[in-house]
Amino acid sequence: MGGIFAYILHKGGVVDDTATELIAAAKAFDNAASPTAVAVGTGAGLDAVCTALCSSYAEVWKIANDALAYPNAELIRKALLEVLPQDAILLLPHEHFGVDLAPGLSIKMNSPYVSDATGIEGVAGTTLRATRQEFGGQVSAHVQCDISNGAVISVRAGAFKSVEGLAANGTIVDKSSAVGALSAGRRYLETIAAETGDVDITKQSVLVSVGRGIQGADNVDIAQELADALGGAVSCSRPVVDAKWLDKSRQVGTSGQTVKPKVYIACGISGSFQHMAGIKGNPFIVAINKNPKAPIFQLADVGIVDDVLEFLPALIQKVRES
Amino acid sequence: MLYGIPSPAQAAYGTIPGRYLFLPIAMLGIGFFAYLIVVRLVPLSRAQSDPRHGEVGARLSAVVKYWLAQWKQPRYPLAGILHILIFFGFLALAIRSTSLVIMGILADVHLLAWMKQVAQAYTIVTCYAATLVFVATAVAAVRRLFFHPARYTVPERYGKGHGGEALIVLGLIATLMVSEGLFEASGTVTGAMVHAPTESLPTLTLAWMFQRMLQGAAMEDLRTINLVAYFVHDVTFFAFLCFLPMGKHFHVVTSLFNVYFAKLNRGTIKPVNWGLAADQLDQVKSVGVKKFEDFTWKHMLDFYSCADCGRCSDNCPANAVGRPLSPRFITIKARDYGFRSHPIFGAASNGQPLMGNVFEDDELWSCTTCGACEEECPLLIEYIDKIVDLRRGMVDDGNVPKSLQKPLKALESRGNPYGKMEKKRADWVKEKEFQSAYDVRELEPVGDAKALFFVDSITSYDDRMQSIGRATARVLTDAGEKFGILGAEERDSGHEVRRFGEETLFQILREHNTEAIRESGATRIVTADPHAYNSLKHDYTDVPPVEHISELVAREVKAGKIKFKPVGNPNDVYAYHDPCYLGRHNQVYDEPRAVLDAIPGLKRVEMGRSRDRSFCCGGGGLMLFYEPKEDQRMGVLRVKMAAEAGANVIVTACPFCMVNIEDAIKVAGREGEMAAIDLVELVDQQMVRDSAATAKV
Amino acid sequence: MEILVCVRRVPDTGENEILLNSTGNDIERDDLVYSINEWDNYAVEEALQIVAKAGGSVTVATVGREDDEEVLRREMAMGANQGVLLTDPAFEGSDGRGLAAILAAFVKKGKYDLVLTGVQAEEGGAQVGGMLAAMLGYPFASLVNSIEVNGNKLKISREIEGGNKEMSEIDLPCVLSIQTGINEPRYVGMRGIRQVASIPIPMLGASDLGVNGGEVGVGAAKVKRTDYFVPTAGKGAEMLQGSRDENITKVIDLLKAKGGMK
Repeated sequence: MGGIFAYILHKGGVVDDTATELIAAAKAFDNAASPTAVAVGTGAGLDAVCTALCSSYAEVWKIANDALAYPNAELIRKALLEVLPQDAILLLPHEHFGVDLAPGLSIKMNSPYVSDATGIEGVAGTTLRATRQEFGGQVSAHVQCDISNGAVISVRAGAFKSVEGLAANGTIVDKSSAVGALSAGRRYLETIAAETGDVDITKQSVLVSVGRGIQGADNVDIAQELADALGGAVSCSRPVVDAKWLDKSRQVGTSGQTVKPKVYIACGISGSFQHMAGIKGNPFIVAINKNPKAPIFQLADVGIVDDVLEFLPALIQKVRES
Repeated sequence: MLYGIPSPAQAAYGTIPGRYLFLPIAMLGIGFFAYLIVVRLVPLSRAQSDPRHGEVGARLSAVVKYWLAQWKQPRYPLAGILHILIFFGFLALAIRSTSLVIMGILADVHLLAWMKQVAQAYTIVTCYAATLVFVATAVAAVRRLFFHPARYTVPERYGKGHGGEALIVLGLIATLMVSEGLFEASGTVTGAMVHAPTESLPTLTLAWMFQRMLQGAAMEDLRTINLVAYFVHDVTFFAFLCFLPMGKHFHVVTSLFNVYFAKLNRGTIKPVNWGLAADQLDQVKSVGVKKFEDFTWKHMLDFYSCADCGRCSDNCPANAVGRPLSPRFITIKARDYGFRSHPIFGAASNGQPLMGNVFEDDELWSCTTCGACEEECPLLIEYIDKIVDLRRGMVDDGNVPKSLQKPLKALESRGNPYGKMEKKRADWVKEKEFQSAYDVRELEPVGDAKALFFVDSITSYDDRMQSIGRATARVLTDAGEKFGILGAEERDSGHEVRRFGEETLFQILREHNTEAIRESGATRIVTADPHAYNSLKHDYTDVPPVEHISELVAREVKAGKIKFKPVGNPNDVYAYHDPCYLGRHNQVYDEPRAVLDAIPGLKRVEMGRSRDRSFCCGGGGLMLFYEPKEDQRMGVLRVKMAAEAGANVIVTACPFCMVNIEDAIKVAGREGEMAAIDLVELVDQQMVRDSAATAKV
Repeated sequence: MEILVCVRRVPDTGENEILLNSTGNDIERDDLVYSINEWDNYAVEEALQIVAKAGGSVTVATVGREDDEEVLRREMAMGANQGVLLTDPAFEGSDGRGLAAILAAFVKKGKYDLVLTGVQAEEGGAQVGGMLAAMLGYPFASLVNSIEVNGNKLKISREIEGGNKEMSEIDLPCVLSIQTGINEPRYVGMRGIRQVASIPIPMLGASDLGVNGGEVGVGAAKVKRTDYFVPTAGKGAEMLQGSRDENITKVIDLLKAKGGMK
């Protein structure tokens, strides 16, 4: 089995939380595995990242290149191909960067690509067995692949619990010279920030969140009434924004905002991974949904099977009375 | 009456005899009027076909009832009376107007001269007619200027007010009456001076008033007044005639034809193209109305015939809740577009798409097809067919609101708008308590059950509405009806699918249901869903006769086969809400009321808007999925109406009304104060059952 | 602009209950309703809008069996000029890489300026687009939510965290995977579908495409799915079982305790 590498996401000199999750994923392969961190970028930010990584990774490969000031997957893929060994097993988070980098990389490396793995069962000989979800999370599947020639594995954020307390005292290996001039058919221009709406949901401690089960723009008012009564704000899942019942600035999830409330009341939300991934900090989650099999009931603290449109008005009434 | 002065044809106007003035005026006036009519008819001649020639007897009856007897006018009492006066006034003055024109051209031709007594009687009639018309126009003008009836207001988005046009016409009519009166009065006074003293003109008429004013005036002055009055009348007459085709008063000319050619078969929607068989729909390049030229000639005639009275919009529930729909302006905007694109002088321009230029998408999607506009219009202008045709055009172009795309796709793949599995369509019969006492099965052609209970989608799949399904089944069973259902083979009736413009999908649903109904061997159909009822009755052509459960129950109550126990709480006050597709579209008003009145101790009140003026609950079928822009919900207004009538229970006979009204009760915050119940649920509740009657089928 | 959109026919997650079959090796497919993969539909709509402005034509292609033709017809009813079915018994059981190889062979046979795929399909693999680009040597961008044509380049935005947009310039020809919400797909009516019902759809097999049997099909799949399962539920939420009023009282007590009420 080739060496296990972990692609590290970072921004502004700060290492992303997924970095330590990747260690847990690597351990699932092989408990003795000591994955190598791969950090790509430029300047002082990259240096800070590499230094920070030394406390959890035994070895940190630094690839510094001016062209990589912004993480453009098209360029980074080329850089990695110069640096990674042919049979490398590369772990990376399955998010907007990983999805951009991994498929093409797996072709160029001629390795299998397991995407959005939710679990790694183990390696038998050279066969890796992993789990992933299909049909929007309604079923799971076991997959297997031959990793003798390496693999690219993207890992669902939060599927592997961060491994804490690793005092690795790692070393930084500078691999920058292995990479020549970089250019690609896609060039980064700029990032346009999302328009902040009237309410910043990332700062709220109580969120009343609505999903498709709210059934219509009018009914969002009911959620607003509850939010008002509790001193919080209304947020939502992606389908609500796609249907234009609420502004994008209210969306919680991987393509929306990350929120850290104390209390999260999920109304008519199914609990898809992409949505729940936007909730950090382990809040108290109350879920109301008509469907007793909704995935959210796995993730909530308290669950009520009921029609949101009937339950909420009654709840608002009682809240006002108390 | 003989005048003492020459007729205008002979009299000297300046240096020429009148006829050299009035003949050209008449020729110009008539010629220009004819030209205007031709210009107006040209787009009709190129429009889509619309066969309206059959059933002459029914059409003539309609003309007598709606045109001659002004049947719908009194629905707005004051305006109705005013209009009836003006209308009959005009009819009465028809011969007088003609003879006046002739007087300026042929000196010695007096119509009716050969029947002296008739002529005298006619003079009396015309004097009073002219006076009443004058008074009516004066009252109308005062109404316009000082009282501003709400329905005449033009919302900002539709442009400037139309009061100017109205006042001009009222002015022209008043001028005609006054000038005619002056002409008659001055002529009569000269007649008294030259020939024998005449009696006065009919008392308290305009002419009488002028006669008294002109007594003792000099002959020269009288002659001048007479000739000027004639001139003014003649010119005004032709000006008015030529003004008619320019605006809302075209209805004066077109109303007779519009009523004669009005749609007789209510309830159904016109085919996509009259010349096109249903199965040829795929072969045409375009479907629906996208440009003005795609309308039928009758629809264009409708646009011409609009009197801009605003009664339609005043009764439109979508308009009342602030949706961007005002039926009046559908017609006025289309009319104005027709006028602009086919100008009096200059080349016609055509081909501009209506959507986005004349109409907005939401304007058309907002319509619930309740029919209140058509019920109200005194000119029998049709709205639903036009809105459906415009929707067909939008669907053909792929321009369907996102909120409707999902249920349409679900109807295509699953035969119901909820996307639920076909095989679960009859699961409502499996409710434990129900199934232990009642056995509802699919119809078998060999069995002796011959009545089909057509359940339709909402009653099959919606948790709340399934109780209407079960209640209906219990009532049918306990009334001794042998019936069955189609079960998983049933598909949505497609009633709204058709009315939302997806004609092909409707045909597919209809074909499937027709086949299933035929195979079931049913000889009659009963349903608790007025939309299914309307569709099976009017849109479907090869199915057995269908009735609504209220009709069946009313019949059984009358025959003594269904009896009721006294109402639970005698203090409850019930108000019956007429569902649009049971009431207005199918005139089933009395049977549900008869059923309610047969329940001992049940107190019933009528809401202000009831029967054919019932106020739509919000719409059914696909309308439940549409997300309108509105200020409030129709159901909420309706619940308020029920409360105002003193009721605390609303009875309805349609599952969609039930959804909307129960929802509205919550939204209006009246839970606990107002309840809603379906008619068949109430019947089920109150029906007296002896143990022998509750048998398994 | 010649645009190819790679589409897929999938079980409609909105209108189906996805359940395991009795043997656990697949989902229960008997009563499933299939439709075009939602992401692919957005991609076709985007292609149609680009072509409406810039001229050109839209081709839709899918790898599958005869049943899969129906989504090609549906997209043709929507406005795509041409549909192509890539079918061959040898293609059965291909994984994402295999599908990409088949599509790459097809792309090489034509001259497309732009190749679009959806971000992902029902398997959630989100890989065919990126793999296709790598096989063709074309630049790639995923999660694209806006496209502006500038001669032989595109200005695109990608959806990144927080709803932010990463703007890039990309050279043609390229491959893009399209995110939902990029546009509002037009409605496809039944009449339109019927009208395209008899338009011939060419079928190309392995030999037509020059595809090597060793790259595609179940044998060549580098990642194989062995079974489906439903994970045993963990502890999950405490489900409140009382009446609505009782539940509400409990919720209010909990909210007070957890600081959810001011």
